[in-house]
Amino acid sequence: MKITYKRYLDLWGWLFVIFALFLLTLFLLYPIFYSLYLSTFTTRGIVQTFVGFGNYLRLIKDSNFILALKNTLIILIIQVPIMLFLALILAVILNNQKIKFNGFFRTAIFLPAVTSLVAYTVLFKMMFTTDGLINRFLISLGLISKPIPWLLDPFWAKVTLIFALTWRWTGYNMIFYLAGLQNIPTEIYEAAEIDGANKSVQFFKITIPLLKPIIIFTSIMSTIGTLQLFDEPMNLAAGVVTGSSVGPGNSLLTPSVYIYNICFKYAPNFGYASAVSYILVLIVAILSFIQLRTVGERE
Amino acid sequence: MKRLKTSTIFTYLFLIIVSFISLFPFIWMIIGTTNKSVDILRGKFTFGNNLLENFQNLLASYNLGKILINSLKISLIVTVGALLISSLAAYGFEIYASNIREKIYSIILGTLMIPFAALMVPLFKLMTSFNLIDSHWGVILPMLSSVFLIFFFRQNFKMYPKEIIMAARVDGANELQIFFSIVFPSMRSAYATGAIWAFMNSWNSYLWPLVILQSEEKKTMTLLISTLASGYTPDFGVIMTAVVIATLPMIIVFFTLQNYFIQSILGSMKQ
Repeated sequence: MKITYKRYLDLWGWLFVIFALFLLTLFLLYPIFYSLYLSTFTTRGIVQTFVGFGNYLRLIKDSNFILALKNTLIILIIQVPIMLFLALILAVILNNQKIKFNGFFRTAIFLPAVTSLVAYTVLFKMMFTTDGLINRFLISLGLISKPIPWLLDPFWAKVTLIFALTWRWTGYNMIFYLAGLQNIPTEIYEAAEIDGANKSVQFFKITIPLLKPIIIFTSIMSTIGTLQLFDEPMNLAAGVVTGSSVGPGNSLLTPSVYIYNICFKYAPNFGYASAVSYILVLIVAILSFIQLRTVGERE
Repeated sequence: MKRLKTSTIFTYLFLIIVSFISLFPFIWMIIGTTNKSVDILRGKFTFGNNLLENFQNLLASYNLGKILINSLKISLIVTVGALLISSLAAYGFEIYASNIREKIYSIILGTLMIPFAALMVPLFKLMTSFNLIDSHWGVILPMLSSVFLIFFFRQNFKMYPKEIIMAARVDGANELQIFFSIVFPSMRSAYATGAIWAFMNSWNSYLWPLVILQSEEKKTMTLLISTLASGYTPDFGVIMTAVVIATLPMIIVFFTLQNYFIQSILGSMKQ
């Protein structure tokens, strides 16, 4: 009797998960494996030719793919640390309840995280046109003498993207730090104060070490997000330069945009696109692993 | 004492500058909806009287009502469907613990870091074979099963007192009754949080609808904005109007359900 009741409950367990499992198998697990299989073929229209590792060998020499990775890496190395540091500073300031209008500042800084990626990118694109608002503002302040070609120059296009990303995601990350800071007892800071530690010592010796798990978490999230960048570069680049270049000199080309273009813009080659996506998965896995390891070793 | 004062001033100055930069695009876009494209470009920063014309221009070239309904339809179906399917699964994983299901769960969780672009090609081929290209169901189906939501709900069910479920069983309630009439009603805040996450995700989604939807009358708000802004002579006033229309629902949701909204973001951090 007892065994049958256990079986009965186990059956219910399967019933509860079965629908989700069905969908996940079809739309998640199957695509993951099918993608790997597909990456050993090259496809032209409906003709599929087996090439084994051919696509991967082609990738190593594909200057567009290498450029896409380089662009992403530059953004990753410059944008993510700036954004996370800014978010951390803001969280530390706003964690102090004595700050007046605390709620207003929190809401204002968080609000960009409410916008859709396409909508805010389009707003930034309009602000950063050569004869647009930002240039007029900078000229009127006397900071620059002639307009900066924000979206028409490979260097400045990346700067614009970095500004946009930082605007959108700083408040978002600040929320995680604020939640983490709430768990640090104020007594620790009071004790440090008595021992004569000033604010910056407190920040580096107490706040950062205690928030480390959250800092690692946010940096992994941001790394994955950066490697997946699609909406922003796609919309920032659209209609700015002629031809198939994504932004001036392909400066906004990212792996996801490249995969999309291989599939839907150029002559479609699904096999090659799958190979690109598998390398992307591999890079995400390696970078997340490294970030987890660095914290693991120090602890 | 005086040194402390200067540092306080700098702190507030910093906060004011950052808040201003954060809010500026919002203010600019609201003012922009009332101005002509040339004026926006020139940096005019006062309200104009072009709102109606911008709106009419937008309506003249696009079926805005239809596009809004498309976005709303997709987002609502995804939200309700994903919430139901994911919370049922999470409940199954958490309450009826078994070794096999635990292994399946960890495999599923392992896929969380896989970029969507990596799934795009097979999903596109799958949708082609299902004949769901250029159909809203093609957009909806892959969004119905969310690994994140399963994870999120399971974390919430972990805190649910198991004694209540046991007691209900003794009282003769069956498992489905227990879920729908006892557990579900007491998890309102978890569902509100999950709903915001799911709605925001689908309302703002871009890449997948871009791949699937092709005809004009099937498109969503995000696709519309993207199309408007990618022309060589974009009308800034019209774009601003569309951006405000697309952003407003999320802003309203944020201000009415602020706590749940913040929780929906923090949800990914619970371990």
